Amino acid sequence: MSKRKGNISHQPLGECISQVQRILRERFCHQKLTEGLEGVEAQHKHLEELLRRSAVYGESNSVLIVGPRGAGKSSLLRSVLQELLQEKEVQENLLQVHLNGLLQADDRIALKEITRQLHLENVVGDKVFGSFAENLAFLLEALKKGDRTSSRPVLFVLDEFDLFAHHKNQTLLYNLFDVSQSTQAPVAVVGLTCRLDVLELLEKRVKSRFSHRQIHLLSGLTFGQYLDRVRAQLSLPDEFCDSRFAQEWNASVKTLCEDKSVQDVLQRHFNCSKDFRSLHMLLMLCLSRVTLAKPAIKASDLLDVSRLFLADAKTNMLHGLSIVELCLIIAMKHLNDVYEGEPFNLQMVHNEFKKFLQRKSNSMYNFSQPVVVKAFEHLQQLELVRPVDGSPKTQREYQLMRLMVDHSQIMAALQKYPQCPTDIKQWALSAFA
Amino acid sequence: MTGLLEHPGYDEERLRRAAEQLSCRELQAGMLLSLMGEPQQYCYPSIFIYGHRASGKSHVINVLMKELELPHATVSCVECVSVALLFEQVLHSFFGCDVASLLPRSPSLTDFVRIYRQQSPAQQTRYVVVEKAELLRDADANLLPALLRLQELVEDNVTIILLSEIVWDTFRPNTGCFEPLLLHFPDYSKVELQQILSQDRHPSYSAELYSFYVNILLGVFYSVCRDLRELRHLAALNFSKFCEPLEEGKVKETDTHKLWKNIEPHLKKAMQTVYLREVSSLQWEQMQQTEDETGAPKGLSAHTHVELPFYSKFLLIAAYLASYNPARTDKRFFMKHHGKIKKTNFLKKNEKTTNHLLGPKPFPLDRLLAIFYSVVDGRVTPTASIFSQISSLVTLQLLAQVSHDDQLDSPKYKCAVSLEFICNISRTVNFDIMKYLYDFL
Repeated sequence: MSKRKGNISHQPLGECISQVQRILRERFCHQKLTEGLEGVEAQHKHLEELLRRSAVYGESNSVLIVGPRGAGKSSLLRSVLQELLQEKEVQENLLQVHLNGLLQADDRIALKEITRQLHLENVVGDKVFGSFAENLAFLLEALKKGDRTSSRPVLFVLDEFDLFAHHKNQTLLYNLFDVSQSTQAPVAVVGLTCRLDVLELLEKRVKSRFSHRQIHLLSGLTFGQYLDRVRAQLSLPDEFCDSRFAQEWNASVKTLCEDKSVQDVLQRHFNCSKDFRSLHMLLMLCLSRVTLAKPAIKASDLLDVSRLFLADAKTNMLHGLSIVELCLIIAMKHLNDVYEGEPFNLQMVHNEFKKFLQRKSNSMYNFSQPVVVKAFEHLQQLELVRPVDGSPKTQREYQLMRLMVDHSQIMAALQKYPQCPTDIKQWALSAFA
Repeated sequence: MTGLLEHPGYDEERLRRAAEQLSCRELQAGMLLSLMGEPQQYCYPSIFIYGHRASGKSHVINVLMKELELPHATVSCVECVSVALLFEQVLHSFFGCDVASLLPRSPSLTDFVRIYRQQSPAQQTRYVVVEKAELLRDADANLLPALLRLQELVEDNVTIILLSEIVWDTFRPNTGCFEPLLLHFPDYSKVELQQILSQDRHPSYSAELYSFYVNILLGVFYSVCRDLRELRHLAALNFSKFCEPLEEGKVKETDTHKLWKNIEPHLKKAMQTVYLREVSSLQWEQMQQTEDETGAPKGLSAHTHVELPFYSKFLLIAAYLASYNPARTDKRFFMKHHGKIKKTNFLKKNEKTTNHLLGPKPFPLDRLLAIFYSVVDGRVTPTASIFSQISSLVTLQLLAQVSHDDQLDSPKYKCAVSLEFICNISRTVNFDIMKYLYDFL
């Protein structure tokens, strides 16, 4: 008896890799939702109930979703909406208005955007309204269904909610919350913000009209859950075209996550941040190394990528400086050590450098003052030294500056510096200037 | 070597052509290409590339975009003084001038996003390349976070690539933003610089000669400057001087020592002048042709030939002494019979830094005149011509006025010249200034 093996299509390897890249890139770069966001079920249920009450039963609600950057606020909202919109009643009735604090910098612009998203430009036409409230009331009135009894429920999503709180008089927020408290029309106002102290930003009258309902997305993940999340993000879905390849891929991901060195790397990242976004960035860099020649993610990939990720940017920039500029940086470091971080000017740095040259008695680095000034200006351009905010009227050589690079970065850069002369290295390491 | 750039989504021939133009940057180009992925797939919404000047950032991106014919919009923040110019350029590059003209006057981000969304979605990833991205920090506070999220806001397959010299940490807004992928373009090593500079060789001379010349050039300039653009400019300027003995038939190409002896002092002179932009490149070439050994190159900061009237020189010397000597020492230096002054009070040498390191101090007009009268030989009547000379010194920026313009009573000044300059001036009037300076006692 032969087992019927269903429709297993075997695609060539190149095609499989291409599909893997497509699926995973949509997940990491485009934030396409995976099924089942684990760890946020309670919040999911809460939000869904709230929105359902607005959409189906005509209740007005307001809620704030609060969580640090990359915690998954937008994905939570999108997955709830996706579920709700599968019901026929909701799909037919619910109107959505999406506003973003970065784009709508002004309440007037926000109102125009609301009009546009509700497709009411023709209705409004050239009318001039006395106040914001009148305009909003007119819009909501216009949404009433044919028999003028009830209005369609409207969902207002306010991204970057804290930026709306900086508008003049907070009129938009006041009016939206006002409408949500009165029985004018069923509206649901959902705000997404990364600031935990967002309620402090609201005026008293706005705060009193807000329902004070907050959904927090402060992830209390353990490392084990984090590893599961990594595995889930890297795994291919069941509907993949070549199921044998998908199985192999998922198996390799599982062994990857059980590898000790990989777990160490992931532990370091977990200690820095637990959110989705940094994880996606890391996995994206690993994904970019998957090619036809190497059709799986290996542990060495993750180690390399992690090293790239955690490399210090200023140390990298110090690596590319010329010798004169490096000597100036070391002179500044010594000045900082001796005078405990007080600001210095170019004359002092040059003096320090000259003291080093006198000790060494080789004239290889004996450059004239203008050359040293040009090197110093280059450092200023790279923002490795910054002027203390003093009077701009002082001469260039005497303007007080601070060094923006610290001791450990300089030392790390010296280790990696190509063909660093030994006397300069010794000068840097010496305890006293 | 070609063949290092491979990707299934792009035409091999084009990749090979691109790799030929990107010598010494294959690793970075390969990484960028693998991040970009196949054209129809999504790429990470924002990438931040940082590295020193002339380390190939714009070059690699431009070559990749052009050879692979990817839809892109290149914007330089130096040109776009207002956001309207930025939006217009992006819309123009992607959709043509009709769409760009839909933008209202003084458009905001919301207009830009709205018009973008109305257009047809992208078949392949669109790239917006922003050069000199550090100027975005000074623009509207919402612009940078919005650009980093552009893919999400317009719901299209678009990626922003930011190029900058400054590290990312200074860009981050207060409440955070969508963090871009950071890519570092390391500087070129000495070997790589030699390789790239040797590509510019002159057609009438051999490649070995040119690489020998580049070797000498790097030997002189490498410890001071690693910027590829500057080095190329210096190489081009000085090559004719290098080839002079060859053209005159005095030496052969293989006579390396003589060629070196000829060019080395010339390069050292170049470091003092052309490198510092004291003389323009045109002046430098003219100087080479006239072979004027007599006069020193008249650079921009060679004030030494500024001719001042007799009393102005003494006023300047008096101003320098007033700026760099502490007021309590005036009695000792400038009075004929200064009586007994305790040495310990006078020589407070345990001061941390000398005045010459801290900079000039402001002094009132009375003190300047007091020192002036004691320094000048003979009697001077205080006429208006003396005071007007002080004003002209301020106009010449040899003195700086510190007090406010309204204060007519006792204006304060600072001396803005260097020690070298004042020594030259005092030599012309036979005045030994070193004897009168507190720091050099």
